[in-house]
Amino acid sequence: MVTFKIDGKEIKAKEGQTVLDAATENNIEIPTLCVNESVLPYGACRLCMVDVTKGKRKRTVTSCAYEVAEGIEVDTKSEKVIKIRRMVIELLLARCPESEEIRQMAEKLGVTTTRFKPDEDGDACILCALCTRACREVVGKSAISLINRGTEREAALPFYDEADDCIACGSCVYICPTGAIKMEDKAGTRTISWPNCSQEFKLKACSACGFYFAPEKQLEFMAAESGVELEKLEICMSCRP
Amino acid sequence: MSELSAVKETISSILDRYDRDKSNLIAILQDVQAEYNYLPREAIAEVSQALDIPLSQVFSVATFFRAFSLKPRGRHSVHVCLGTACHVRGAASILQQMEKEMNVCCGDTTEDKKFTLEGVNCVGACALGPVVVVDGEYIGHVSVNKVKPLLENYD
Repeated sequence: MVTFKIDGKEIKAKEGQTVLDAATENNIEIPTLCVNESVLPYGACRLCMVDVTKGKRKRTVTSCAYEVAEGIEVDTKSEKVIKIRRMVIELLLARCPESEEIRQMAEKLGVTTTRFKPDEDGDACILCALCTRACREVVGKSAISLINRGTEREAALPFYDEADDCIACGSCVYICPTGAIKMEDKAGTRTISWPNCSQEFKLKACSACGFYFAPEKQLEFMAAESGVELEKLEICMSCRP
Repeated sequence: MSELSAVKETISSILDRYDRDKSNLIAILQDVQAEYNYLPREAIAEVSQALDIPLSQVFSVATFFRAFSLKPRGRHSVHVCLGTACHVRGAASILQQMEKEMNVCCGDTTEDKKFTLEGVNCVGACALGPVVVVDGEYIGHVSVNKVKPLLENYD
């Protein structure tokens, strides 16, 4: 255990824990968009910035990726930190003006308008990489990645159309904090739309009731990973004994 | 031999040079690009498969670096320096003249695959400005009038 100060309060935390986790456990709220317990810290959205004083040195760091240490002093609400968060959310507001999630986060931070020119591409992606990280770390496929760089950076399939590695599980859709990835199941087909690319996948009909309940490729993947026979997986949840 | 198995063979010999080690990905892609002048889709897929790196990761690296191109490039690369020193001596109009002569936009390749035209930010030869680099050869004190005769030197 390590002891350190956060917003003037002395708390204890497990070694190796991040400042963000320790703060959350002590009911101190730090805003985030790119954090999910299922994937490793990444530090992309920069909303969780806090001031950390270690000895004589004061730094502003991402609390989601900064490990607690004995004797540090954390300030989650300093003037500088608030200013950074407001700037970040203002930039995000301009990047995805149509995103409800971003607007709500902005309101929470006391920001309602942005001084920057809003993007007109209708793309709600904030490049937090939660989708690519979930695909790689949780699903174990890495079917999508962040490509290009600078202002051209985007989350996409390789060559925008190569979906061989994708099992259509929809983890990227589920984890996306801004709803930038869309998924629709219709007439035996699942369509997943990432910013700038989209693919169709065949759904499997339940061998008992005929309801299209899961993507064929996902069932094949589950069978291969778990060693369970494919036929046993081809029955939907409500028909399973 | 089919085209695909030819690609496989070429990639295989490049990979052998690097002991098929994943950490040499960038060096491998550089060699592939040196071989084909660009990164063909089949070659990227082959590298991904042989090194057991997900295709999306290789694609991510291939699109990150400006040195890699996913589109076929011309036989000659023409880099027009747009750095500050060249800029004040009229690099913009040199580039404009190049675009007019080649009938392409900056960053593209001519239809006959002869030239690939690119703007670069500084080639470190400011005293020679405006500078144009063709296939690694530095040509200094270029003027708008010299563009056409310069390009006629290449086939």
